[in-house]
Amino acid sequence: MSTETVAATDVARDGRTADSPVLEVTDLTVTFPGFDGNPDVHAVRGVSYAVGRGEVLGIVGESGSGKSVSSMAAMGLLPEHARITGSVLLHGEEILGLDDRAMAAKRGKVISMVFQDPLSGLTPVYTVGDQLAEAVLVHDPKTPKAKAHDRAVELLDLVGIPNAAQRYRSFPHEFSGGMRQRVMIAMAMANNPDVIICDEPTTALDVTIQAQILDLLRTAQNETGAAIVMITHDLGVVAGFVDRVLVMYAGRPVEIGTVDEIYYSSRMPYTMGLLGAVPRMDLDRQGALVPIKGTPPSLSHLPPGCPFAPRCPIAQPECEAAEPELLAIGSQPSAEAIRLAHADGGTAPGSTGVHDTGVQRVACIRSGEIADRGWTAQDIYPVPEIPDVPAADVPREDRPEMLRVEGLVKHHALNKGMVFKRRVGTVYAVDGIDFDIREGETLALVGESGCGKSTTLMQIMDLEKPQSGSVSVMGKDVTTLGKSGRFALRRDMQIVFQDPMSSLDPRMPVFDIIAEPLRAHRTGTAEVTRRVYELIQLVGLDPEHATRFPSEFSGGQRQRIGIARALALEPKLLVLDEPVSALDVSIQAGVVNLLEELQARLGLSYLFVAHDLSVVRHIADRVAVMYLGRIVEIGDTRSVYSRPAHPYTQALLSAIPIPDPEKERARTHIVLDGDLPSPANPPSGCRFRTRCQKFITLSDTEKDTCVNVEPQILATNGGDQGAACHYAERRQVV
Amino acid sequence: MSTTETSTEPAPAPAVPPAPNRLRDIGRQLLGTRRVIIGLGMLVLLLAVAFIGPLLTGWDVGERDYTSLIDPPSPEHWMGTNRTGQDVLTQSTAGLQRSLLIGLLVALLSTAVAALVGSFAGYFGGLTDRGLMWIADLALVLPSFVVLAILSKHFVGNGGWLVLVILLAAFSWMVTSKMVRGLTISLREREYIHAARYMGVPPHKIILRHILPNMSSLLIADATIAVSTAIIGETALSYFGLGVQAPDISLGVVIADGSRFATTAWWMFMFPTLLLVVLVLAVNMIGDGLRDALDPQSKSRRS
Amino acid sequence: MGKFLARRLLNYVVLIFLATSFAYLLAATNLYPRGYFEQMQPPPTAEVINAQLDTLNLNDETPLAERYAVWLGGVVQGDFGQSIQGRDVTPQIWMKAGVTLRLITFATVLGAAVGIAVGAYSAVRQYRRFDKASTAVAFFVLSVPTVVIAISVQVGATAINDLVGFQLLIFSGEYSAGFRGEWWQLLLNRIHHALLPTIVLALSLFAAFARYQRNMMLDVLNADFVRTAMAKGLTRRRALFKHALRTALIPTITYFTFTFGIMVSGATFTEKIYGWHGMGAWLIDSISQHDVHVVAAVSFFMAVTVMAASFLSDILYAWLDPRVRV
Repeated sequence: MSTETVAATDVARDGRTADSPVLEVTDLTVTFPGFDGNPDVHAVRGVSYAVGRGEVLGIVGESGSGKSVSSMAAMGLLPEHARITGSVLLHGEEILGLDDRAMAAKRGKVISMVFQDPLSGLTPVYTVGDQLAEAVLVHDPKTPKAKAHDRAVELLDLVGIPNAAQRYRSFPHEFSGGMRQRVMIAMAMANNPDVIICDEPTTALDVTIQAQILDLLRTAQNETGAAIVMITHDLGVVAGFVDRVLVMYAGRPVEIGTVDEIYYSSRMPYTMGLLGAVPRMDLDRQGALVPIKGTPPSLSHLPPGCPFAPRCPIAQPECEAAEPELLAIGSQPSAEAIRLAHADGGTAPGSTGVHDTGVQRVACIRSGEIADRGWTAQDIYPVPEIPDVPAADVPREDRPEMLRVEGLVKHHALNKGMVFKRRVGTVYAVDGIDFDIREGETLALVGESGCGKSTTLMQIMDLEKPQSGSVSVMGKDVTTLGKSGRFALRRDMQIVFQDPMSSLDPRMPVFDIIAEPLRAHRTGTAEVTRRVYELIQLVGLDPEHATRFPSEFSGGQRQRIGIARALALEPKLLVLDEPVSALDVSIQAGVVNLLEELQARLGLSYLFVAHDLSVVRHIADRVAVMYLGRIVEIGDTRSVYSRPAHPYTQALLSAIPIPDPEKERARTHIVLDGDLPSPANPPSGCRFRTRCQKFITLSDTEKDTCVNVEPQILATNGGDQGAACHYAERRQVV
Repeated sequence: MSTTETSTEPAPAPAVPPAPNRLRDIGRQLLGTRRVIIGLGMLVLLLAVAFIGPLLTGWDVGERDYTSLIDPPSPEHWMGTNRTGQDVLTQSTAGLQRSLLIGLLVALLSTAVAALVGSFAGYFGGLTDRGLMWIADLALVLPSFVVLAILSKHFVGNGGWLVLVILLAAFSWMVTSKMVRGLTISLREREYIHAARYMGVPPHKIILRHILPNMSSLLIADATIAVSTAIIGETALSYFGLGVQAPDISLGVVIADGSRFATTAWWMFMFPTLLLVVLVLAVNMIGDGLRDALDPQSKSRRS
Repeated sequence: MGKFLARRLLNYVVLIFLATSFAYLLAATNLYPRGYFEQMQPPPTAEVINAQLDTLNLNDETPLAERYAVWLGGVVQGDFGQSIQGRDVTPQIWMKAGVTLRLITFATVLGAAVGIAVGAYSAVRQYRRFDKASTAVAFFVLSVPTVVIAISVQVGATAINDLVGFQLLIFSGEYSAGFRGEWWQLLLNRIHHALLPTIVLALSLFAAFARYQRNMMLDVLNADFVRTAMAKGLTRRRALFKHALRTALIPTITYFTFTFGIMVSGATFTEKIYGWHGMGAWLIDSISQHDVHVVAAVSFFMAVTVMAASFLSDILYAWLDPRVRV
């Protein structure tokens, strides 16, 4: 940055009073006109907020709530056909409607943005350094190339890329997701902007990397003093990071307030439901999650009244009369007044075009009532009863074994180059793991991406002879199975996949999808029909859904179809591969509850693979933590979560933000250094030592053990818990 | 759009499996694409010309009118006559019939081969893949034109054009099969394929039930394009006298005949050429429209 | 890398060898060189014909395997045998290949460049007038066989020449026979001759590339990295040009391999119709003259060009896309 501009911006900054907002959005609406007779999509309908210097505003909402679109509109990044109205003031200057050239001069200079997906966010054909230097050069073309280069290296260094000068010449595909996100943040910081909009900056990242990136964003804020708008669906991230929260639903803000007001005294049933639906890692016995029934409305066919009314447990007839305005608690018109206005044919209350005043405001006509009666989510939402697992009374050791994995190994070739392909090494994807699952029990396999948990699962499902070690299902060793034995065993174990989009054949109607396993195992036609309808009702779908195709369903419903298909053959063991990680919180709660209910009713055993440790705590009886192809800690969920013994487990648990602002502010997170080492080249001895927070505190002789001796799992308490660490020490981190 | 949430009371379970309504949806989608409509309209018109035209002209295919050689269009001969006195309209429409038939058969054959080779290579990988793809590579390297030209003497006689069809198909499946293979490899990792495998569904059933139906849009669109490619290929061969052999007739043969007189007797060249261009254009429009209407990826591009 | 390249080249050599052998065997069994001599006026005696066929290694009374072995022995030493008129084939390959390659290269560069530019721009202007017009043109061109284009252009050129009263557009031959002049006059003369055939050939290539590039460009138009580029302060136009187009060019390179085979056969018509003595014209003539060795030689050339195009596009791909670089 040249000195003139520094001076100029300083003057500009000094010229404002402390409380005048840097970015003020008023009554913003975005409509995408429908093509070919399709209806218009009202993606954003009247969003107003203001952020001051150094302030962090969180915008929270589920997918399709319009939270990203509203900020893209503010940045002038929406396609040309989008219709945008309202006002966006940047330092008091209207920037909505500026032409592309004038807007480009602001973008990246005064207001910048960090996007969600770092994998596709960088141009694959240019080096990261050049892309970073471009951000400097584009706003000041007179900068000498060398200077831009130096600034880029400086920025890379600032965001924590090791060997910045060398990595300047790397291409995006040579960087991990976390490193790419660092580059994106460097890009956003390059010209010391006054506002940084972060659009789900950590959603695509693993939890330990998320902790790093959140740390980095705090640094970026200190460095630039910028106002930050944090868009996310993760209520944990918001709790610890932001000052104020705006909750969006169906393109409209439904509640705004300080973080404490929203978390502890929300007056909007939607917000309350959302908070109740989040599984909590810090609570031992949370009980059933709060499910919000139904799905968000289509943004092209909105109901006339409150968009949340169809899903709201305390909706009244007046809710459907008109869309409530975002007003301070207690200043909503009474039900009586609404009825009268409606009877007069009065128009719906206009926009929420009031300026952001800084006090808590809610778009619910019963908000005053909720406040007066002090209702919480548990008071207004019906929470299902989930029966206990019948087998739970029998001690674990006495229950029959459903799955046993011993010394399982899966290595595969590492190839390089797409055109000139050749083998350059071996990936030690799974490198000797042991565990077992008993009847009626849930074992969760957790770890970050690349730790080998999915490979383990596929290896088990394949029922083929492993490269080394053994897999036995219901006491039958898979190596001894013939073709027919394997086929027969498939009845007893089925799988539910992560992605509800790709786990169902889009060309098949629901009936055929659920019938497929039955037909594959030669069930009679009449029996197939009977069983399919039984399953459809078991997972909470309508029989009339049977003729529909997967694309007509929401994510949660599709996941239910997947579960019905998995249950068709009455398996005893269900393998769940991240079954809820692609779902929104309110939908996820329903599916989690369903899984727990099914387990209790049908006496199923689950192998639950997940990276979300909060869900795991909620659903699993035992947990195994994986790192680089090995299990580092295993034990019953309660012991592991309350007093983890392995440093990696401790770091992992510590990195997860808790959706409780006070707790979150009081916590100190263990932030691990760097990325997961390549599974093709794992460190010697203990694989975790290169990132271990404990390793650096050890003496040299102690370190030698870590470097040279591979730790085995040893019991760390009297019971079930065991950790593979030479210096395991149980410690509370949550 | 969906009314999934409307009914809340549990409906009684029917005793018979329901019939899906997918075909109707696709049909509606297709008819909503303007290009397909125009293309279909043009094609129907051409079919009418091809099958009704010869009846109206009053001349038989190959019949010669020795009183008028190389005559311009007249009430007697609507599109004039050629150098042997044959009616150009009659010859062209008869040629059109044969060209259409050749195009359709080649497309059907080559797409079927491409689909099977590509999906098996992609699904099984390993040696199967390498072997099949090596054959595809070899077929790509083989000079198809040379082979067709040398073997053109076998196109003579009754059913000789079927040999031409088989040869044209034999040299037009490779690129599509590579595309199918690529798609299969990505589909193979889809979770519903894994799910089917873990249910115990055998591989050939997975390919036929899950993989090929899921690329049917690509296959249909590609087959349509193959129709026009085959028609153009036949025309090109016929220009050198290497395509359909007399007394059989095709549009290519008529055009080749006319091209020698293109500057002196325009009608002999213009009319069959026009028919050909309209035919190919119609087929291409249908194919491209199909791709847009059926391919979810290209649809997302349009929104 | 070196080992890998060697393996790939070896595979190419095997494929070329198989393709050429196949063409030779097909030609040797299906063509009838004896007929060529029998038709001569005055008809030579059977002994003379046999002797002639024997010297050319074309005698159908010699077992096929033996003829093949002799031919192969020559090919390995770089000798493709003699044409039916008794001239050496090998030196002619170089000459004719030069003619064809000149034509193809210029047409490819012209057609691909214009096609990519038009395709990319129409993607940016999706559903606007330019897009609709260019799509319509590309569609129309793709529906017309090269033969028809070539003849139509010729007819048009004749009409224009008649209109202006002198030979403004030339559509016959590669250069004026017996033309003498400075080197630049010679060059100009050649360019003058090359104008129409190059345009004819480039036209269909242009259409194919315009369609393809448009689709590829549409794929990256809304890519996240274009949005990132805009977010750092690039205008939409600059982000599209610098980031989207550069990335969208990569798949087009692979497409090039597929079009190259079409080019070679497309050149056959253009050469034949415009009176160029290139590979394509040679092939057509040799088939009608039952000239087995020339057919094999042309097949060899075609296989080599297809393989070379495929190799070239692999190299270009690796060069343009850092993700596949080794």
